Amino acid sequence: MKLTLKVWRQKNVNTKGSLETYNNVDVDPDMSFLEMIDVVNEQLIAEKKEPIAFEHDCREGICGACSMVINGRPHGPQQGTTTCQLHMRHFKDGETVVIEPFRSASFPIIKDLVVDRSAFDRIIQSGGYVSVKTGQAQDANSIPIEKGLADTAFEAASCIGCGACVAACPNASAMLFTSAKVSHLALLPQGEVEAESRVMKMVDKMDEEGFGMCSNTGACEVECPKEISIENIARMNRAYLKASLGSEK
Amino acid sequence: MGLDAKVPPGPLEDKWTKYRSTMNLVAPNNKRRIDVIVVGTGLAGASAAATLGELGYNVKAFCFHDSPRRAHSIAAQGGINAAKNYQNDGDSVYRLFYDTIKGGDYRSREANVHRLAEVSVDIIDQCVAQGVPFAREYGGLLANRSFGGVQVSRTFYASGQTGQQLLIGAYSALSKQIATGSVKMFNRHEMLDLVVVDGKARGIIARNLLTGKLERHAAHAVVLATGGYGNVFYLSTNAMGSNVTAAWQAHRRGAYFANPCYTQIHPTCIPVSGHYQSKLTLMSESLRNDGRVWVPKKKEDVMAIREGRMTGGDVPEEDRDYYLERRYPAFGNLVPRDVASRAAKTACDAGHGVNKAGLAVYLDFAERIKELGEDTIRARYGNLFAMYEKITGENPYKTPMKIYPAVHYTMGGLWVDYNLESNLPGLFVAGEANFSDHGANRLGASALMQGLADGYFVLPYTIGQFLSTQIRVDKIKDDTKEFEEAEQNCRKRLQAFLDVKGDKSVESYHRELGLIMWDNCGMARNEQGLTEGRAKIRALRDDFYKNVFVPGTQEEFNPELEKAARVADLLELGELMMVDALDRAESCGGHFREESVSEEGEAQRKDKEFTYVSAWEYFNQNGDPTLHKEELTFDNVELKTRSYK
Repeated sequence: MKLTLKVWRQKNVNTKGSLETYNNVDVDPDMSFLEMIDVVNEQLIAEKKEPIAFEHDCREGICGACSMVINGRPHGPQQGTTTCQLHMRHFKDGETVVIEPFRSASFPIIKDLVVDRSAFDRIIQSGGYVSVKTGQAQDANSIPIEKGLADTAFEAASCIGCGACVAACPNASAMLFTSAKVSHLALLPQGEVEAESRVMKMVDKMDEEGFGMCSNTGACEVECPKEISIENIARMNRAYLKASLGSEK
Repeated sequence: MGLDAKVPPGPLEDKWTKYRSTMNLVAPNNKRRIDVIVVGTGLAGASAAATLGELGYNVKAFCFHDSPRRAHSIAAQGGINAAKNYQNDGDSVYRLFYDTIKGGDYRSREANVHRLAEVSVDIIDQCVAQGVPFAREYGGLLANRSFGGVQVSRTFYASGQTGQQLLIGAYSALSKQIATGSVKMFNRHEMLDLVVVDGKARGIIARNLLTGKLERHAAHAVVLATGGYGNVFYLSTNAMGSNVTAAWQAHRRGAYFANPCYTQIHPTCIPVSGHYQSKLTLMSESLRNDGRVWVPKKKEDVMAIREGRMTGGDVPEEDRDYYLERRYPAFGNLVPRDVASRAAKTACDAGHGVNKAGLAVYLDFAERIKELGEDTIRARYGNLFAMYEKITGENPYKTPMKIYPAVHYTMGGLWVDYNLESNLPGLFVAGEANFSDHGANRLGASALMQGLADGYFVLPYTIGQFLSTQIRVDKIKDDTKEFEEAEQNCRKRLQAFLDVKGDKSVESYHRELGLIMWDNCGMARNEQGLTEGRAKIRALRDDFYKNVFVPGTQEEFNPELEKAARVADLLELGELMMVDALDRAESCGGHFREESVSEEGEAQRKDKEFTYVSAWEYFNQNGDPTLHKEELTFDNVELKTRSYK
């Protein structure tokens, strides 16, 4: 089948970008979306032009590198799917597909479809961990954890840090990302000890990085490739309120 | 010249404990003055950097990703082994040691493997304390499952995303140390050269991938945790960015590369679908706990399936060949990976493959779904089944999966001694990047174990043996002639790729290299194929430097240039793999030489001639690498023919 692509091209953060059109792109329905871009890039290289820069690595939906908005939706139209796992059989012959980078003031564009998501690392560095040093651990089975609780923590922990939640949010809020980490650790006895200080530090850092406020549109949950629930946001809000009221600081 | 592995004396089970208690230490006030570089932040690198930071060293950590959390350890699915014996099924440190030695086809070092089994139990404790959400039973205690090549349940897991959860654990430990300032993190930096001063590894040249600037970083010691080299085959389960450059540049600077021909072909991957294919996707080995592998017995059924007139489900039970259960009744579908892969190849070579290309076998869950219900199967493998459906468009709850072997892991890597130190003093190598623990074949769920063992519990101790001799050495300067030479060398190399201005893409060379490797140095190898393969790679490499096209400049964000440098190194490594495979005229583990088989057609080792580690020194002026041998001695385990029948 043939597609028309409109792809965001931008040399770097200081220059203006625009959509460039690529007509008659030859596509096999069994290709992944990124393999389609590979084919376009091979063609561009054959014409001695600059290939489209895009972020990708594992291509199995787990590393969180891919960061494209496809026809207005982060990671494209398929529910619970990263761009690398999106296959071309979900598109129609003759369709026009618009490809843009994740957009947020906190994710500055590096080139074309590549953005800088290091703000997420800094949020984790502000407190997204359990303060245990190597060698300090007790036997792994010494604290039983109720299965349902462990499963809920796991679901929150399955966040891949791609940033689709930010790209989907009209306020460019990072609440789903931050709350998934806060929930993952707060639900487990190992993370409970520091839960209060963690939520305070991480929320403060998130604000400092310039992410917007949450206004409960729920777009993040819809676009999350790992289908992380906005219940985590509610949990974080409760924890933050409790921590700020009860805080001795 | 023989190589000294520096294995400590004494009985096997006491070696590590005694050594750890008597090795030289670096006092806290001295640790503050010592700089350590860690390249790579997957499981081995992140855990090593975090732990070295906790100990008080000044650590600089480097990764080429935009965040350490994206390292390819994240894609590991099935689980991590540990000799906890929580299932009371007879597991022990010795049994894990023995299974690993046997699984590796008696080509690994006893002392290293025993140490790995010993520290395996500490890893699980550490990860749980970090908040890794392993699967649990209803009583709240940790759950286990089985993996190939063993008869106990010792694998801990987090759905089919164990690697992700463990990496997030290591990444959070690393983030904690970045926050304290003991680790300085350099994202989007790629190591392009190792700097050797007076015979010791003293720094690296790294390229800032955003600006293109070449940076000098000096330290008292350098740790490489840069993963494996499976991408030499182009199509593999590795991530697109996984590469050999850091290890290869260290090799060019004098570090020996050990057992490069030992590659693991994983039996259960989604088959190739077309010429545009960029990578292959693994379906976890854990699936073989409940899935049965088979092909149709009758050729007419095979043809009908290939032509779409019939599906796997239509083949009557008596016309199915459950070939693993038939050939290996003791282990059945859970034979080790090398055995399962070769059996799939045999079935397909005999014309029983079930996709259009004839290169696929079935992995069938119908029986277990009937027995346990779809919900139980979904709870165990839900994310894997969903991934399969996304990629192939077929529903594995209704029709059997189609699978075929694909390159997955490399047991070879830089040679290291018991301290994980290479032959270059001050250069340490951890995780998949070293050759140390898996012999000629790695057992499932042991890669995560080794990466974290090296990073959390081995290297932070053993590096002290070297660093304790460096406490009087001042801060290493980066304005010396060695750094200058290395930086200029990188600049020239990169410029050379840009100056070719040919008309073939880097990708096209990588694909071509992959085909040569797969055809001549893949699942079955022979003398003629390897000799021809070596010649083909040399010709391809010459062509690369004449006709490659790399757009842009050095001084900018330039992914094509990054790829060119990586492919150039793979083009050299591929040749070394051919040489090594040619030298090792025996079949062992993942290395199958067609000239060395038993009467029943099974792989045959030649212990008298080949019980050694091949450690290669970089190509000399004649273009030939020099072989150094480390003889392997087995004082505790008797060398037997590996049988899973």
